[in-house]
Amino acid sequence: MVVSRTAPASQARTVLVPARSWAALDLGELWRHRELLLFLAWRDVKVRYKQTVLGGLWAVLQPALMMVVFTIIFGRYAGIDSEGAPYEVFSYAGLLPWVYFQGATTHGANSLVANARLITKTYFPRLYLPMASTMAAVLDYAIALLLLAVLMAVFGVVPDAELACLPLLLPLALLAAAGAGALLGALNVEYRDLRYVTPFLMQLWMFATPVIWPATGVPEGRRWLLGLNPMGGIVDAHRAAVLPGKSIDWSLLGLSAATSLLLLAVGLLYFRRVERSFADVI
Amino acid sequence: MSSSGAPAAIVVDGLAKRFTLGERGRHRTLRDALTLGVRRGLGLASPAKVETLWALEDVSFEVPRGAVLGVIGRNGAGKSTLLKVLSRITAPTRGRVELVGRVGSMLEVGTGFHPELTGRENIFLNGAVLGMKRVEIAAKFDEIVDFAEVAAFLDTPVKRYSSGMYVRLAFSVAAHLEPEILLVDEVLAVGDAAFQKKCLGRMGTAAGEGRTVLFVSHNMAAVQELTTTGLWLEGGRIAGQGPTGEVVQRYLSSFQDSAGTVRDVADAPRPFPQLSRAIELQRVELAGVETPLLAADRELALCLTVRCREAVPELRFGVTVARIDGVAVGTLFSPAQAGLRPGDQARFRVALAEPRLAPGTYTCAVSVGTGDGQTRRREFDVVRDAMQFQVLAGREDDADGVAGEWHASWGVVRFPDPAIERLA
Repeated sequence: MVVSRTAPASQARTVLVPARSWAALDLGELWRHRELLLFLAWRDVKVRYKQTVLGGLWAVLQPALMMVVFTIIFGRYAGIDSEGAPYEVFSYAGLLPWVYFQGATTHGANSLVANARLITKTYFPRLYLPMASTMAAVLDYAIALLLLAVLMAVFGVVPDAELACLPLLLPLALLAAAGAGALLGALNVEYRDLRYVTPFLMQLWMFATPVIWPATGVPEGRRWLLGLNPMGGIVDAHRAAVLPGKSIDWSLLGLSAATSLLLLAVGLLYFRRVERSFADVI
Repeated sequence: MSSSGAPAAIVVDGLAKRFTLGERGRHRTLRDALTLGVRRGLGLASPAKVETLWALEDVSFEVPRGAVLGVIGRNGAGKSTLLKVLSRITAPTRGRVELVGRVGSMLEVGTGFHPELTGRENIFLNGAVLGMKRVEIAAKFDEIVDFAEVAAFLDTPVKRYSSGMYVRLAFSVAAHLEPEILLVDEVLAVGDAAFQKKCLGRMGTAAGEGRTVLFVSHNMAAVQELTTTGLWLEGGRIAGQGPTGEVVQRYLSSFQDSAGTVRDVADAPRPFPQLSRAIELQRVELAGVETPLLAADRELALCLTVRCREAVPELRFGVTVARIDGVAVGTLFSPAQAGLRPGDQARFRVALAEPRLAPGTYTCAVSVGTGDGQTRRREFDVVRDAMQFQVLAGREDDADGVAGEWHASWGVVRFPDPAIERLA
């Protein structure tokens, strides 16, 4: 739907005409409704924490349990190289950005279908539904970060100056999750069986990402391939920022940042293309 | 329609909306889409035959600023689609719409309410969903709470609210939205009578303040009370427009033609799509007559065919009879029936020996559920406007129906003969 408006508000003029197939992102429209994005993210957080008995604890428990299982299976039995750090810290430092990405993407993928009534009964920028999911998941990440600090203290891991780069990585993961969430969310409206594919897809994606194995396990000449995965460079850099004996592979991170942006662009474009018919097919 | 000379607030020009129907129109699963893709690639699939429905066709009208337009028409006439296009929920297929001023729409009461959140939290969330700014909501917060009469329960999750409280709060938020163009869909069909009256008053004020209102309803009484001009849609096209009284009259008289005593309702649109349909209404017949005309002293008998999809402990039918202008006259609940197994189809005859309805045209909503007016009613399936019939003035033995007479001002119910005795 193409909409143009002119200020001031009392003379706002809205023109509705049939949609072109590839419409540009209407930033003005997104800005006008910005408060709603915060409200939706706030609702997601509030409802999730009210509905689960464990509340905020769940945010820590999920990566923590995965860390324990992976440490036993991959650290102890398979003896996977943990780049000189205790496997507990190694895997947890990699799991944090991954669990954020996985949670944000999965919630984003379901956000449109879950809010079908909102979509069929009110107008607002539909993009805010998957985006609110990616924002709401940030809180889980922040809570889980506390356990990382505890783990580092327990295992005596003292970070180096690269720790200062840590806050840079979440925004990158957020862009990637927003792209994946918007893309999967829009596809989900049209193809309802995608819901069953998403968890499986995320699982495969995790194994293709250096979460339980070190990026240095890939021969140096071919390591750039990991950068084709938006989360590849992000997870590796997240770990490098925490572990003292490992430094950030900036070229790998740069490539992943580029593929994250590409994923975001693809997600937004596809979303824009199909959002006008959401209310008709949802 | 812009005879008043005021500048137009809404201009609709050649508006059309097409929906795609059926399985072939959209592949709703990835599997279907993939199979179809492969079949096409191998040259096996015939070109997809897409069934479409024009919900709106060539609709053009203008609403001057400050006018209140009532949109009327039968189910499926395109009223809701028109409202959804104007509200920007769905895009037009052809044509152009221009809206001058801030637009607010109320297509449903409580959209965006979350049962886990408290009343206070929902006021802010719902306000934001409706397009209000946070400061605006905060400024009107006390007013909203007063209007809804829920001050004592502000910090209780709304899932603990009674349905009346829930609706009052939801409507109150929406009623405090102050757009220049207000689009309203039948939301007044909820809440108790006193609250409905309050809501009507609120909408009347809106119009008084120079706001442009577009109001969609089945309730002809409300439409006539609230609106000055009417727009009648029929099959997606404009069937009439002009002063509300005239348009409503023409619309009502069009019902005389749609006679029939059998309605297949299995695929009819449902007002509450979220119901389980464990028992599903299939067919509604007006029993014992060949035309939908009932003599004044005749019983009102319906044959109702249902299909059982899931076993239920008991079922009771409910029939609500309403005047054609939407004012409900009364509701009956049948005694409980049981013993249906999944897959069964059953036909029941529900008869009211003495309906005592005044002459006029009536419409029935039929429901199947458990419980009745004394216990808690839960519906499996509801079909509105499931049957229409006319009650004649005369008795059955009065073939021409000329003998009877009933004044509209006497009301809708013919009371039974009273007891009388001479006391002095």
